[in-house]
Amino acid sequence: MTGDPLFLDGVDLADIGIMAAKVLIAFTFLLVATMFMVWFERKLISDMQNRIGPNVAGPWGLLQTFADGVKFFFKEDLRPENADPLVFRLAPYIAAVTAFLSFAVVPIGGSFDGDSSGTVTIFGRETYLQVADPPIGILLLLAMSSIAVYGVMLAGWASGSKYPLIGSVRASAQAISYEAALGMATVVVVILAGTLSTHGIVAAQSGGITRWFVVSSGIVPFIVFLIAATAELNRPPFDLVEAEQELVGGFHTEYSSIRFALFFLAEFMNVITMSAIMVTLFFGGPAGPILFGMTWFWPTIWFLLKVLAFLFVFVWFRATLPRLRYDQLMHLGWKLLIPLILFWLMFISLKELRAAHDWNWFATYGAAFVALAIGTSLLLAGLRAGDRAFQDELEEA
Amino acid sequence: MGYLDGFKVTFMKLFEERVTTEYPKEKRPKPPRFHGRHVLNRYEDGMEKCIGCELCAGVCPARCIYVRGADNSESDPVSPGERYGYVYEINYLRCIHCDLCVEACPTEAITESKLFEFSFANRSDAIYTKNELVVGDDGLPQRQPWELWHEGDDLTTSGWMRATASAGNPDYQNRVGWSGELGYGTRNPEIGQHDLAKDEKSEMPSEEHDQSEDLH
Repeated sequence: MTGDPLFLDGVDLADIGIMAAKVLIAFTFLLVATMFMVWFERKLISDMQNRIGPNVAGPWGLLQTFADGVKFFFKEDLRPENADPLVFRLAPYIAAVTAFLSFAVVPIGGSFDGDSSGTVTIFGRETYLQVADPPIGILLLLAMSSIAVYGVMLAGWASGSKYPLIGSVRASAQAISYEAALGMATVVVVILAGTLSTHGIVAAQSGGITRWFVVSSGIVPFIVFLIAATAELNRPPFDLVEAEQELVGGFHTEYSSIRFALFFLAEFMNVITMSAIMVTLFFGGPAGPILFGMTWFWPTIWFLLKVLAFLFVFVWFRATLPRLRYDQLMHLGWKLLIPLILFWLMFISLKELRAAHDWNWFATYGAAFVALAIGTSLLLAGLRAGDRAFQDELEEA
Repeated sequence: MGYLDGFKVTFMKLFEERVTTEYPKEKRPKPPRFHGRHVLNRYEDGMEKCIGCELCAGVCPARCIYVRGADNSESDPVSPGERYGYVYEINYLRCIHCDLCVEACPTEAITESKLFEFSFANRSDAIYTKNELVVGDDGLPQRQPWELWHEGDDLTTSGWMRATASAGNPDYQNRVGWSGELGYGTRNPEIGQHDLAKDEKSEMPSEEHDQSEDLH
């Protein structure tokens, strides 16, 4: 990949201006989208529960989040006596900043069909419609989602209170468990695309729905990614981090005022970012038919619609599924998702290798089948042994 | 597809009709025997019904009513009887709206309206004095500044309900009854309350008088 063509002929003042404009637009877009995401979630979940939801502030309650934000600003900023002052203040910013940063690598527009390589022309300069296109794009996303765990972890630890601590311990255990499945589902996409750059991944999916990785990787990596992403976002049914019935508010129990608002913001921002990442990785990013006029305009619309569909799915999850028990959460992550995506990863790699090296079809897949059978039986035997040991332990106790 | 059925349930809810009443904007009709804040009724000629007997204060389990009676002056009587309620106060920080005062009242002077939307900013507002409790010349409760009234609310607020015998007739014990003349508007008496001779299902003795006539 060549990277953003904006910088190909050196950097001058106009390039910096375009860059600043892109940063500003992405930042504002994400903030406003978060604001409406909160409204969207509250409204949709109340619809699904036969309620009306916020409807007083602004038309259809659209300004509810704004009103809440104003309220947060004017509330007293409390800090528990036992809290670690510096870390307690730092934690919300870690959560919020990582939420912002991950969005920077998501391509939000540009046509990838035919000859056009996802660039738009602004003031006579060609550029990508994404804030940054680092060659390690996907790794940045994974890194940010890992660092976001520190926000939660440190918040719980620094609060000097037991419920936040329990919540944050749960959060880190959960995030680490599901990050493995999430990462491997991403690796499948990377293998298929042959690049880590998000722009390259979207470009690799251009040319029709069958080229989208949700189809061409088989549906499994996408489903694993969706489940792992839900767990990574600490959203229902995996919201054990803030299980109200058990933990008061979870890691942000001791937070109030604008610091709590930052966590709240980060949480919803992460939902939007994660939806955007899923669209990028599996659903062709901004790909979609150009219906009429304005060629640069339609890809962005398609992108937003796809993101909206995922936001709907996340809210739908929340409205439908009850929270998992903690051991069920760990079972699902370690005993189902990780083995499943491991096998799928092996299968996809083999398929690509065979295509690259022109191996014999029967030999390749025969070997794969044997390996799969051995692996599955070993895994099952291992799981059974583990269960037996666990039962024995229970009986002894 | 057991796991996925739930998704269909929640999705179909999107298209169902909402049952929510958006309360301050729209109010549902209240039940006929709603216990709201009290009113002190007057006769049609403007005389107060309260005779200052303090039975309401005596029966009140929350001790929220304070009554002092005084003798009517002959030249300018407040009530048709010998005495009238000189001081009448109800403390709404204590009142539990049990309606026992309404039961106890021998003249149907105190009844409960359907008004319940009042929020006080201080304790003195919570104690309704006679000036605030007594109905206006039109027979309607007076609106206090701290009460939330929407247009038309006062028309459905008449409270002339009592659960047992008016006028202390033991034959009407445990019968719901009211006279058709109290408060704002009129309402037909329930079966067994108005014209017992015409009420075939009544178990009341046929020689009993019409209840509302007893009040005249």
